[in-house]
Amino acid sequence: MSEANNGKIRELLRKAIPPVADRELKRDLWPQMLRRLAERPTQVAWFDWALVALLTIWFFFSPEAIPILLYHL
Amino acid sequence: MEVLDRFAQGDLEAFETLFRQFQGQVYGWIIRIVRDRGIAEDLTVETFWRIHRAHARFNPEGNFGAWARRIATNAALDHLKTARREVALPEDLAARAQPDPAVHREVHEQIERAFRELPAKLQVAATLVFVEEESYEQIAEALGISVGAVKSRVFRAVRLLRRKLKGLGVEP
Repeated sequence: MSEANNGKIRELLRKAIPPVADRELKRDLWPQMLRRLAERPTQVAWFDWALVALLTIWFFFSPEAIPILLYHL
Repeated sequence: MEVLDRFAQGDLEAFETLFRQFQGQVYGWIIRIVRDRGIAEDLTVETFWRIHRAHARFNPEGNFGAWARRIATNAALDHLKTARREVALPEDLAARAQPDPAVHREVHEQIERAFRELPAKLQVAATLVFVEEESYEQIAEALGISVGAVKSRVFRAVRLLRRKLKGLGVEP
């Protein structure tokens, strides 16, 4: 694609979508950041999910294991 | 101990220092991509949230600004992917399109809409090259790809946009 063609696209785009004139941040975002840090969700590690999946499969194929496991908990 | 070392070890005060130092720079980069003040503010916080989570992966001898910009670009890309406006182009626009340079405002809006319908990765590359006139090198660094890959994305964006504009009766 030629530079001239790119130039036409550039011109067309800049008319339809002008460059952002004001790029300055007007306020301090630290308070917002602190709120975000405070509402940190509890994350479940992948190996916990893997353990749940393994137990589900085990219980599906050996339901008699459920009371045994409950007894040992 | 340097602030970057302390940040890499998870020190919140060091993170705050870096946040205050770089929030304006990160915001200024994101707004070039998303072009909305409120969204850019939210994405700036989202960027620093990702930075905070990834502190252990940061190399204190590296360039924090460049690292933050790359994370910011990814956050903006994720936003564009999920928030893309799915607006169908009107069939009769070709009849309403007028020749450049006196292109009608409505046609401008349709061009913008066609542009927003480009895949997010192409849209970001084309916005930064054509609208914001950033250098290929800077864009490549922010996207974490080569200069050649940026040029390829811009080429594909232009080709797709040209196809869409032809459908609108606008011949770039």
